[in-house]
Amino acid sequence: MKNNIKSIIAWLVLVSVIFGILSVLISSGLIGFYYVQILMGIGISIIMALGTNLVLGFSGQFSLGQAGFMAIGAYATAIMTKANPTYGGFYVSIIIGCVVAALVALVVGIPTLRLKGDYLAIATLGVSEIIRIAIINGGDFTNGAAGLTGILPFTNWSLVFFFVVGVAILLLNFLRSSFGRQVIAVRENEIAAESMGVNTTQVKVTVFVIAAIVSSIAGSLYVGYIGTVVPKDFTIMRSIDYLIIAVLGGLGSMTGTILAAIILGFLNMFLQNFSDLRMIIYSLALILVMVFRPGGLLGTWELTFSSFFKKKAKESK
Amino acid sequence: MLQQLVNGLILGSVYALIALGYTMVYGIIKLINFAHGDLYMMGAFIGYYLINSFQLNFFLALILTMVLTACLGVLIEFLAYRPLRNSTKIAALITAIGVSFFLEYGMVYLFGANTRAFPQALETVKYNLGPISVTNVQLTILGVSIFLMVALQFIVQKTKMGKAMRAVSVDSDAAQLMGINVNSTISFTFALGSALAGAAGVLIGLYYNSVEPLMGMAPGIKAFVAAVLGGIGIIPGAALGGFIIGLLETLAITIGLSSYRDAVVYGILIVILLVRPAGILGKNVKEKV
Repeated sequence: MKNNIKSIIAWLVLVSVIFGILSVLISSGLIGFYYVQILMGIGISIIMALGTNLVLGFSGQFSLGQAGFMAIGAYATAIMTKANPTYGGFYVSIIIGCVVAALVALVVGIPTLRLKGDYLAIATLGVSEIIRIAIINGGDFTNGAAGLTGILPFTNWSLVFFFVVGVAILLLNFLRSSFGRQVIAVRENEIAAESMGVNTTQVKVTVFVIAAIVSSIAGSLYVGYIGTVVPKDFTIMRSIDYLIIAVLGGLGSMTGTILAAIILGFLNMFLQNFSDLRMIIYSLALILVMVFRPGGLLGTWELTFSSFFKKKAKESK
Repeated sequence: MLQQLVNGLILGSVYALIALGYTMVYGIIKLINFAHGDLYMMGAFIGYYLINSFQLNFFLALILTMVLTACLGVLIEFLAYRPLRNSTKIAALITAIGVSFFLEYGMVYLFGANTRAFPQALETVKYNLGPISVTNVQLTILGVSIFLMVALQFIVQKTKMGKAMRAVSVDSDAAQLMGINVNSTISFTFALGSALAGAAGVLIGLYYNSVEPLMGMAPGIKAFVAAVLGGIGIIPGAALGGFIIGLLETLAITIGLSSYRDAVVYGILIVILLVRPAGILGKNVKEKV
């Protein structure tokens, strides 16, 4: 228990120090507007990549449709805040986006996840396309292929920061709960998990739904940050962007995901003018990482203070 | 209506060619080869250059394209998939996605993202047969694809290599113990599947008169749906599934759902997985532990 408190305090200190440094740098103008925008983009991709990694790295299923769920959140916020442009409306729209995304994920997840094999990859790919086609044909409601513009900038950097921290804490604690252990058991060996009494379909569907909710939240934040939504923002390319972050960081490592999102976020800033080359480099990186280090760069390693304190305690004995 | 049936049949025959490659590869190494749709795109581009730059005869270009895409398929298997033969399924799938994007954006980088007009290698002649009219291009597509499907069925059922393929897909360890070279059998499977995808690329290029680097994405997914619909791993099933998907897609256009035609295909996938996951021709197999 004492170690636990120690590590919680250590995390609190770390997070508030990062927050403090950022807010001093931003309010003093040392980090310009352009860089604040990039930081917010990185925060949103951290949330998306955490959701992707939850499905891919922790439950071992392959989802290619996270962009579709992001689109649901984005459009929920865009439509709702048009009618009610207040922060209250913004938070309600986040919740509505989550509910819709969760329902869609249930409808897709239940038929595909009870099967063995990789049907989820193709089914989610199909569903994210269906979502996009539905949005394009949505008439005045979604304004078709032209998308919605003029959404007020609800998202500021501190809001993104709190959401990143909140999502990360919730997901990490979820994975350390007994249900989270079941998730990892399913990844390691589905048959063995089933024979130990784990309801594998239920576990897989739950994880898929949680990831959809996380993606929808990221979508809502994204709209408040960019100010416009167009359906072509949510093609498979976007899902692949976050897949790359999750894979490079390490399948089954939240720390790795966050680090990879930050590093790739800054790399993208420099590669902005070479977008074709960027995709070639990233796809090659995917192949090479899988061939030489199939677990991703950090594997399943997590940064924890509790193990650090344990080590120290052992040394002092 | 009858005219739409003919159009659907033509489109379906091309989907069937791509689906055959998916189903063979899945049958033998249990991998969804996401790069398969891009081999179809590569086929269209190779055909484009062979006909445009070397002024080759259409059928000669078709055969050469099939040979070249077969080599490309074998190369991809050797470089990207073989090192991962014994690692997790997720790793192999991610690699397949990587290969797919590498091919797509490699082509965008080299040739630009714009659409090119495919050369008119066959002079279009229209035949009117009562209520329907077909062009010689459509007849060529249908003829070539049916010929290739029959040839494939012959290879798989009657030749020694086909027997080896079937043996490896049932149990690769046992096949190895019987003296079958598993690696070369898998390479052969990739060569066959990629050659079919390449042929499909040239045929579609001829039909729609256009090629572009990202053209492989949507047909690739639809062909996979076709393979699942027919029963994944079953060769006649993939052909059947391809024709059904092609017909349904044109049907969706006929009844005025043309902006939803892709959604219809993906919807079918969800329905099959819900109702009959083993596919039309598949049997339910209980897994033994």
